[in-house]
Amino acid sequence: MTDTAHAGHLETATGLDNRKLAIWTFIGSECLFFASLISNYLVHKETWLTGPGPFPHEAWTSPAGKVFEPIIEIPLVTLGTALLLFSSLFVVLALANAQRGNRKGLLLWLGLTLLCGVFFVGMQVYEFTHFVHKGLTLKTNLFGGSFFVLTGFHGTHVTIGVIWLFTLWIEAFRGKIPPAKSLNLEIAALYWHFVDVVWVVIFPVVYLIK
Amino acid sequence: MATTALDQQRAHAAAGHEPTGLWSWITTVDHKRIGILYGATAFTFFLMGGIEALLLRIQLGTPNNTFLSPETYNELFTMHGTTMIFLAIMPLSAAFFNFIIPLQIGARDVAFPRLNAFSYWVFLLGGLFLNASWLFGAAPDTGWFGYANLTSKQYSPGLHVDFWMLGLQTLGVASLAAAVNFFTTVLNMRAPGMKLMRMPIFTWMSFITQVLLLLAFPVITVALILLMFDRFFGTNFYVPTAGGDPLLWQHLFWIFGHPEVYILILPAFGIVSEVLPVFARKPLFGYAAMVFSGIFIAFLAFGVWAHHMFATGMGPIADTYFSLATMLIAIPTGVKIFNWLGTVWGGSIQYKTPMYFALAFVAMFIIGGLSGVMHGSPPADLQQTDTYFVVAHFHYVMFGGSIFGLAAGAYYWWPKMFGRMLDERLGKLHFWLMLIGFNLTFFPMHILGLNGMPRRVYTYPEGLGFEELNLLETISAFLLAASFAVFLYNIIKTWRGPRNAPADPWNAATLEWTIPSPPQEWNFAEIPVVHGRDPLWEAKREHGGPLPEPPKVSGAGIHMPNPSYWPLVTALGLSAMMSGLMLIHHLGPWGIIAGGAILLFGVFNWAFEPAG
Repeated sequence: MTDTAHAGHLETATGLDNRKLAIWTFIGSECLFFASLISNYLVHKETWLTGPGPFPHEAWTSPAGKVFEPIIEIPLVTLGTALLLFSSLFVVLALANAQRGNRKGLLLWLGLTLLCGVFFVGMQVYEFTHFVHKGLTLKTNLFGGSFFVLTGFHGTHVTIGVIWLFTLWIEAFRGKIPPAKSLNLEIAALYWHFVDVVWVVIFPVVYLIK
Repeated sequence: MATTALDQQRAHAAAGHEPTGLWSWITTVDHKRIGILYGATAFTFFLMGGIEALLLRIQLGTPNNTFLSPETYNELFTMHGTTMIFLAIMPLSAAFFNFIIPLQIGARDVAFPRLNAFSYWVFLLGGLFLNASWLFGAAPDTGWFGYANLTSKQYSPGLHVDFWMLGLQTLGVASLAAAVNFFTTVLNMRAPGMKLMRMPIFTWMSFITQVLLLLAFPVITVALILLMFDRFFGTNFYVPTAGGDPLLWQHLFWIFGHPEVYILILPAFGIVSEVLPVFARKPLFGYAAMVFSGIFIAFLAFGVWAHHMFATGMGPIADTYFSLATMLIAIPTGVKIFNWLGTVWGGSIQYKTPMYFALAFVAMFIIGGLSGVMHGSPPADLQQTDTYFVVAHFHYVMFGGSIFGLAAGAYYWWPKMFGRMLDERLGKLHFWLMLIGFNLTFFPMHILGLNGMPRRVYTYPEGLGFEELNLLETISAFLLAASFAVFLYNIIKTWRGPRNAPADPWNAATLEWTIPSPPQEWNFAEIPVVHGRDPLWEAKREHGGPLPEPPKVSGAGIHMPNPSYWPLVTALGLSAMMSGLMLIHHLGPWGIIAGGAILLFGVFNWAFEPAG
């Protein structure tokens, strides 16, 4: 997985591995991506003119008298959030085991990380389906559009992270992540932490603040 | 078959020979070749954008002209702007980033050679995608800024906007991948002793450009995603009747768009800051001030976007802030201009073609910069908005600035890139035709604009006093085009000649001139150790005169990255995904899924391929 023209003398001018610096750079860039999406959500969550009001958080009665019950499920999403946060810890433990050359520990903690990630994505799939059944789609109102686009792109990032970590889990299973190659996992872990941190912002902004 | 060819090529490279043939270009990961690919592709797009401009000028040459229909006119001005910004100036700068940065910092390649190839292929495919719209009779027609809600499904039902939005999204991926790569390259791949404050100024300005790319492109990515959801999936982000806000587009677009204009100009600043010292035979005046003014310009770039939006009526507080912040940019820019003058002042000036272009750059950029400060004042801006005065302003910075700077770079580095000197007499003919043609084309636009001629309108009636200047502009535009014909002739003529350029034809100061022209695949047989800002000048001073011509050496024992076609496969997957999105109402999700599968296939093979 290395890709460097520096073979032969691996030291870099900053002392930081190329790939590590690159993933930090990419994460910096991604901050602006999510900042823009979150801004879009904040701008639009209450500016609806068509469709039902912002009923995910509280009940809303249309001028025609139709009542929309609140549909947001804070306990479920809180569980998903907690597991995602724990997965950040698990991936750190996986990395520590990889660096020590403990393959079993690596497989265990990385597997737990993966389970948390898969649960989170599953939770989001359930939530999206549930919302659509209750009548909140992309088209319903501006809340729907900005909610699905924001959480959907975050979910896509989680999914990419799951695929990435799963690939590494297979590699670890085949014994191809010795301590010398633990950087491969460290880079994926940095991405995973970032995706978690973004959710730490999205969760209160979308679910807790009315 | 493909694999066999690749194996042969690897064996070839191991034996120390330059690989040749089409396949070697398709699989190349050599930053110099990728630079040449960027340059050739971008120059082709530049000529296309130029032809579009000429068609526009023919239409505007006489009043009430019917040469172009209003619809075609809209398509041409949109594609002219989009092409020149995203397919010409940015990738022409990228050509120099690719070819020059690793040489200037004493590296053998960029940090991620295959990612670099990927950037190029995505750029090429994005450019082709955008221009394929012509074949479908559906070229983008809503301006390069694509203001909402003109771009909504309601007002633009055809494929025009779809081509534009997905094309730009593709090009954004190329820019971001390249920015991550060059940011890492500059920080990590510097030769021993090449401290940050010893880096050549072109590398510095390019580095700042990468930061701008990294922070500005995600914002337009989101703006385009929202537009895509509005158009394809029925959201209402930019639809005012549903509570959406078309101004949101303008904000997001210009938060990207203003840094973008510095993305277009900073590389030219860097090139000119290399050329002026070499041909004035003096070190750059105020190196540190040049670096920090560049950083300051980039910082301010993110705080001035709404000066593009004074006409939307943001209110006095926002207007005042954005006006003051905008005028603040004149300070670091002024620092740069005085430093360029200070560099030339008292120098022993060598009147070579690159110097001509660099000096003209300073003069032309001052004109464009001054009219920019004029727009910075909201009362003046309200008079100038949507008139030809604005067109005059941004052509003075984009053409008078960026293109003059890039031309200086082309003449300056041509011998290094191709081992051939361009003809000086033809170069100067190119220069004079370009300088005169440029000023006669664009200066009158100031006057027309102040007299009220609106931009983006396909014709004008007789008797408003617009006729003479418009005719002059049209004739001059052909003069400008002729200057590039001279450039092309110069390339063809000298291409037939021998590869006779010495390693250091200009008596220059930086590392790229210490190695043979053109450089060998591995650039530096030995990684240099740097002791100062102008390493080659210092070496020549110590040596007491010109250095002997560096010998071509065998590359045996120098480990270079293997060629790879996976970047191309991955880029094709990405383009297929974009095409699938475009056809979502015909193919359902299957086009996207197929493209995604190719993308994933490419990524995995890339990741597990031995990179060498």
